[in-house]
Amino acid sequence: MSAEPFDIAKLGRPISGPTATGNDWRRFWTLARTLALTDFKLKFFGSALGYLWQLMRPLLLFGVLYIVFTQIVNLSGKAPYFGIALLLGIVLYGFFTEATAGGVRCLIERENLVRKIDFPRLAVPVAVVLNALMNLGLNLIAVFVFLMVSGGGVRLSWLELPFIIAVLVVVGLGFAMLLSVSFVKYRDVAPIWDVILQALFYATPIFYTVQTIHGPHAEAIRRALLCNPLATVIQQARHALIGGPGYPSAATVMGGTVWLLIPASITVGVCVWGYLVFRRSAPRVAELL
Amino acid sequence: MSTPEPVIPAVFVDGVSKEFILPREQVHTLKERALHPLRRPGHDRLRALRDVSIAIEPGEFFGIVGRNGSGKSTLLKCLAGIYGADKGDIYINGRLSAFIELGVGFNPDLAALDNVMLNATMLGLSPREARKRFDSVIAFAELEEFVDLKIKNYSSGMLVRLAFAVMIQVDAEILLIDEVLAVGDANFQQKCFDEFERIRHDGKTVLLVTHDMNSVRRFCTRAMLLEKGRVVAIGDPEAVGSKYLELNFSHEARAAEAQEAGDAPAGPAQLLPRLDDPQRFGSGEVDIEDAWFEDETGTRTEILKTAFECTFVAEVVFHERIENPRFTLELQNNHRTIVFRASSEYKDPETGAFEAGRRAQLRIFFGNLLGPDRYFATVSVERQGGGWLDRRERLLTTIVTGTIDTGAVVQFPYDLAVHPLADATTLEPAHE
Repeated sequence: MSAEPFDIAKLGRPISGPTATGNDWRRFWTLARTLALTDFKLKFFGSALGYLWQLMRPLLLFGVLYIVFTQIVNLSGKAPYFGIALLLGIVLYGFFTEATAGGVRCLIERENLVRKIDFPRLAVPVAVVLNALMNLGLNLIAVFVFLMVSGGGVRLSWLELPFIIAVLVVVGLGFAMLLSVSFVKYRDVAPIWDVILQALFYATPIFYTVQTIHGPHAEAIRRALLCNPLATVIQQARHALIGGPGYPSAATVMGGTVWLLIPASITVGVCVWGYLVFRRSAPRVAELL
Repeated sequence: MSTPEPVIPAVFVDGVSKEFILPREQVHTLKERALHPLRRPGHDRLRALRDVSIAIEPGEFFGIVGRNGSGKSTLLKCLAGIYGADKGDIYINGRLSAFIELGVGFNPDLAALDNVMLNATMLGLSPREARKRFDSVIAFAELEEFVDLKIKNYSSGMLVRLAFAVMIQVDAEILLIDEVLAVGDANFQQKCFDEFERIRHDGKTVLLVTHDMNSVRRFCTRAMLLEKGRVVAIGDPEAVGSKYLELNFSHEARAAEAQEAGDAPAGPAQLLPRLDDPQRFGSGEVDIEDAWFEDETGTRTEILKTAFECTFVAEVVFHERIENPRFTLELQNNHRTIVFRASSEYKDPETGAFEAGRRAQLRIFFGNLLGPDRYFATVSVERQGGGWLDRRERLLTTIVTGTIDTGAVVQFPYDLAVHPLADATTLEPAHE
């Protein structure tokens, strides 16, 4: 095959093998969305109430939590709407857990696809995050229902919520990308991440608020806690949704907008790092599985 | 005079190599890493493809054959873009669709529509395109009555039909197909074959990876044989098929495999067709000089009658001393399916020793049960233990005629009886 009878330049560029994103963003997006929607549909497939459970389940679960934490155990101090703040924290953290724990196993679970079809590999973790986002949407509806029932009013600052959730998605996606390819190489990433998720749950002001922290170093501890982007997101979401003196904005708690640069850079850093690791590993994922 | 514009290949593979690293003991956990930080696990290198080059022109139906582990699936996966090649380049000129496995991404809990959408999206269609094709997919798969059934309740045949239908409905100019022919019931298989014929007529480029030499003979315009990651032969499907058989059955090949001697170019010389005749293979130590059929009266004939005794005769001359050569006759029908094989191996392997210069006559007597059709005879003389001395493919043709043409490949002698049954023996429940 040394002397081709045709002009090799006319062949165009050689194919590149599998990549993270492919070169067709429409296809990438369609794939991620289809995968996510399929999973979403399958979750309650076959149950009598079907899709209704998607909405009923958070309402019922939150009902239990709401009663326990407002009527039986009182952690709220004097903060109003503590139940709502708690629910919001749980819902947002739930998204993070779902996106990352699902992200860890996603490539292994889709092994069949990855080994048999050339498609943008990144669609797999993105689908997991999208699926988690759909569940978050439904859970947030439940939170709003409880907020209205408890007498909360509509606020202009609700408009902040999409941006706050966007930040959360960036963090979740970053970890999902990072963990998915790491798990292919090192199988004990999964139990380690389980432990980290547990630890993060307590390190993040979810079932307590930063205002309940007292003592000589309270200011510094609060600031340190909010360096965690999850804490910042939850704090800011509570501020936007409920507001009032009980739920100051993240910037106020940290003592200046400048401090927000720390969680912001962690957010961006995780996402970029995750993407770079994923992009480097994507071409060989099919062989390693 | 200007030379005609050279055709740009649909698929051009330029010196592609692919190596897999297989760790001897898989280090899968961080703990193992931490406990033995200095231990480097040994690994084997598996050279799945070694410097493979092919140019496939648009409209070719190209067969890729090879034994297990010869690298054919790896090549297909490289072409499909699932694996990246370590060395060399692959150029694809046109929209490509790869079918490595049927029904990838099918979810047992979803109904046909969702699965078709999912599968088609994975294969690269937009949701709108996929929805437009849904009806024709279902019609092709003959599953109109079962559209709403979850596919976990489908029979395996129905599942395969659905998957094949989705695959065939993706319009691509270049199709890569990995052994999906051996699926479904006979009726559906025929439909698949028809579909392959149609694809071929549409002028699409198809690369078919298979073990099945019959489908290579039947569909392919050109074929390639891979062995241990190297291209051993490329060209006429019939010739490549023969080499494949040679590789598969020769003991030499097995012995060579046991040794696996480095990078020495494989393939003994007799694998190549003889220069004077592309349908002739072998070392030349024996010549099959002539061959013919005789009818039940012993007269030489070109027409055989169904249900009569007949004889195949071949005359052979030995140029070297050969002990116990193996004589084989194969009959192929018009579809190139081998319908009959007779060999001294099955009857009497001790055919005797033949000195150089001796001549021999081979006579094979058989009752002709073949249905009316045209048949081709391939004759070969092999060394005991493998290696062709002479093999002449489709050396002669014969027509089989009969008073009745049942349309079947073979016509066994049979008796048929119909007995009326007395009423008392019918299956009525006893009341008394």
